[in-house]
Amino acid sequence: MSTVTGSGERPPGTPRGPEAPFLRHGASAATESTEGTRRAGAIPDLRYSDAEEQLRAVVRDLLADRSPLTAVLARVDAGEADDVPLWRALAADLGCAGLLIDESHGGAGASYREAAVVAEETGKAAACVPYLTSAVMATTALLGTGDGELLGGLASGRLTAALAVGFASMPPAPGAGPGSWPVRIGPADDGDAPGVVRLSGTVTGVAGALAADVLLVPGDGVPLRLYAVDTTGAGVTRVPLVSLDATRPLADVTLDRAPGRPVASGADAARAVAAALTAGAGVLASELFGVAEQCLAMTISYVKERKQFARPVGSFQALKHRLADVWVAVTQARAAARYAAACLATGDPDTPVAVALAKAAAGDAAVLAAQECVQLHGGIGFTWEHPAHLLLKRAKSASMALGTPDRHRAALAALVDLPPPGG
Amino acid sequence: MLTEADQATALRQQVREFLAGHDPAAMPRLDFLRARFDAGLAWVHYPAGLGGQGLPRTFQAAVDAEFAAAGAPDNNPARIGIGLGMAAPTILAYGSEEQKQRWLRPLWTGEEVWCQLFSEPGAGSDLAGLATRAVQMKGDGVGGGDGWRASGQKVWTSIAHVARWGLLLARTDPDVPKHAGLTYFGLDMTQPGVEVRPLRQLTGEAEFNEVFLTDAVVPDTDRIGGIGEGWRVAQATLMNERIAIGGGAMPREGGMAGLAAAAWRAHPEARTPGLHDRLIRLWADAEVARLAGARLRQQLAAGTPGPEGSAAKIVFARLNQELSAFELELAGAAGLTYDDWTLRRPQSLSFFGRGPGYRYLRSRGNSIEGGTSEILRNIIAERVLGLPTEPRVDTKVAWKDLPR
Repeated sequence: MSTVTGSGERPPGTPRGPEAPFLRHGASAATESTEGTRRAGAIPDLRYSDAEEQLRAVVRDLLADRSPLTAVLARVDAGEADDVPLWRALAADLGCAGLLIDESHGGAGASYREAAVVAEETGKAAACVPYLTSAVMATTALLGTGDGELLGGLASGRLTAALAVGFASMPPAPGAGPGSWPVRIGPADDGDAPGVVRLSGTVTGVAGALAADVLLVPGDGVPLRLYAVDTTGAGVTRVPLVSLDATRPLADVTLDRAPGRPVASGADAARAVAAALTAGAGVLASELFGVAEQCLAMTISYVKERKQFARPVGSFQALKHRLADVWVAVTQARAAARYAAACLATGDPDTPVAVALAKAAAGDAAVLAAQECVQLHGGIGFTWEHPAHLLLKRAKSASMALGTPDRHRAALAALVDLPPPGG
Repeated sequence: MLTEADQATALRQQVREFLAGHDPAAMPRLDFLRARFDAGLAWVHYPAGLGGQGLPRTFQAAVDAEFAAAGAPDNNPARIGIGLGMAAPTILAYGSEEQKQRWLRPLWTGEEVWCQLFSEPGAGSDLAGLATRAVQMKGDGVGGGDGWRASGQKVWTSIAHVARWGLLLARTDPDVPKHAGLTYFGLDMTQPGVEVRPLRQLTGEAEFNEVFLTDAVVPDTDRIGGIGEGWRVAQATLMNERIAIGGGAMPREGGMAGLAAAAWRAHPEARTPGLHDRLIRLWADAEVARLAGARLRQQLAAGTPGPEGSAAKIVFARLNQELSAFELELAGAAGLTYDDWTLRRPQSLSFFGRGPGYRYLRSRGNSIEGGTSEILRNIIAERVLGLPTEPRVDTKVAWKDLPR
C-alpha cells in the first residue's frame, strides 16, 4: 500500500539497513562512539514528516477500529493474546511488516523513523501484535544477512519471525564480543540439507515466539552462528509463560535437536543480534512514548469529567501539577525517542547513546504516566474492568524489557566517559 | 524551491561575501555590527529591513558559526539577553513600524540594553494584579506630544542599572478587571523619574534591582500595542522569556551538565556510587532536555512560541539546581567555601564565571524568575492540557475593588 512507502521521503544516499555504520560493532566502534559523544553536530529533524503522519493515521484508524482497549481486555480475559487477524491487517494489508525491508525484497524501503511511528500507535493501543519482535527485531537481524527468502516472507506478512533471545536482554555494548548463548549446536541427522545443524537448549522469556513461524536462534560456539528454525518443525516446544504484560505474551522456547539453517556466521551473526537488540530497544522507546501519551490523554479526559466536591477533579491544583509533570516527562521522552529513531535510520555513530537515552527516558516516562493514570482515576482505575491496568502492565514490562532504565543509564555512563567509582 | 541544505550554503556564501567587504579586524566593532544588521545577517528569521531575511530561525546557527569562524565580534548576547530574548520578539509582534525601525537595530547591536519592568513587590506570580499606574496626559509626552506619566515600584529587574530601555507593564485603567486594565510601554530608563537601586540577593551580589518610577514620562509613541492590551502583549514577552531561559541551543555537555561531568572526570577521588547514580541520571536528563529544546526550536522555526516553552523552563530550572548541588558536593572541602560575598553589580549575566557555591545559590532563583515552576505547571495544565481553572474570585471584579 502506497501510504507506507517511505522510500520517496528518504534523502538519496542515506545509509540504511545492512550498510548502516552502527551495525559495525567492530574494533573501531569504541573510538567512533567516543567521538560521537563529543560532537556538537547538528541534531536531526525530530519532528514527524507528513509521510510519517499519514502512516500514523492509517495505523491508528486500523487499531481504533479493530483493537480498542475494551477489545484488548476481552482478548486478555479469553487468553487469546495474539490477535492474528489484526496482525495480518497491520503486517500484510498495511505493509507495516516490511517497513524496514528493501523494495527489492518486497518491503516498503522506509526507515526506523517510520517503524517508530507505528510502534507509538501499537503502544497507545496496547495492541496484541508481534510488530516489535518480528517487523523490527527479527527483521533487523535479517537485514544484515541478505537472506532474501526470509526477508521476502516477512515483508509480505506471510512469515512472522522472532529472535530467540530473552526479552529482558540488554543490547550489547559497542565492540562487545559474541557472548554466550543457551542453545548448543549438534551434528546434522542423516538426510538433513547441507549446512543444517541440530540445535538443543532452552531460551527463557522470549517475546513474540508464540506468534512466530520462524525463530532466529543464536547457537553457542565459535564462530557464533545465527540459525533459522521452523517453529512447526521437529524438536521445537514453546511453553507460554504467565506474562506481566498479557498483551505481549512470553514463552520459554526449548529446542531438542531441532533443525537449524544458518543465516549468518561469525562477526555478521554477532552484528545481526546486536543490531536487532539495539533497534528493538530504540523502537521500544517509541512504543513506550506511545503508552505514556495514551495514559496522559486518558487521565486528562477522566479528570475533566469526574466531579467531586461539586467540581471537576481536574480543577484541583494538586492534580493539575501532577499531570503537568507527566506532560513534561512525555514531552522529553518524545524528543529522545525521535532522536533514537533518527539515529537508527541513518546509522548515526551516536546510535548507542541515543538508544540508551531514549529507552531510559521513555521507560521512566511511561511508568510515571501509567502509575499516575491509575492513581488519578481513583477507585475505578484499580479495577480489572478499566483498561488502565493494560497500559500500566505494558509500560512497566516494556520499560524493563531490552534493558531497564537503570541498565541503559549504566551503559550510557560507559559510552560518555562518566566512569563509576574506581572505574 | 531551495532545499534547506542549499539555503544554508547560500547563507554561508552571503556571510563570506559580507566579510569580504567588511573586515572585522579593520573596522570599529559597532560599525561592523550595524553593517551586519543592515545586511540582514543579524537574526535571519526577522523580516528583511529589520536585520533578517524572513528565513526559518534554524538557519541562524550556520550564520553565527560563519561569523565566529572569521573572528568577527558578536553583540555580547550575555549582556543583552533580555533585549534579544524578550524585548525584540515583543516589539516585532506588537510594535509599530516606526518602533521596529527605531528600537530593533540598537537593541541587536547592543548599543541599547533593555530590561523588564514587570514584577512588583505586590505582584509576583499574580502579575496581572500589578499596581504601577500610568496616567494619560494631554500634551505631556516628549516634544509636546501626547503621553503618559508612570508611578510605582518594580522589582527583580535584572540589569536595570545599565539599561537604556525598560519593558514596562502598567495599570492604565483601575476600574476594569485586572487583566483588562493593563498597557505595555517602552520606558526611557535614563530620565529623572526613574530611580534604580540595587537589590541584593542571597548570592551576595545585586544582579537585580528595585526600580522606582515617580511621574516617569512615556510618550504615547512608546506605547507597545493598544491601550488595555498590555496583558496580551506581556504574554508574548513571557513566552519568549521561557524559551530564552530554557530553550537555548547548546552542544552536548554545553551547560551545567558539562561542568558537572568535567568535575567528575577530574576528581576520581571524590566519586561515590550515590553521586555516580545522580550524575548519570542528571546527565541523561540534561541531554534529553537538550534534544527536546532542539525539537521545540524546529517546531518554532516558522512560528511563535506557545505554552510548550514552559516545559523547557521547568526542566532547565530543576536540572540547573540539581547539577549545581551535585557540583558543590563533589567539590569536597572546597565546597564549604564561597568565592566572594561582596555586594557587586554585574554588568552582564554570567552563571559560569564564578564558583560552584555561587552556581548552587544562583540556581535557586531559576525556578522563581520568569514564572515560578508552580505557575508554569498551572499554565501547562490549563493552556496545554485544557484542564479547568480553579474557581477564582479575582477575574470579574474591577482591579480597584480587589483585596490587597
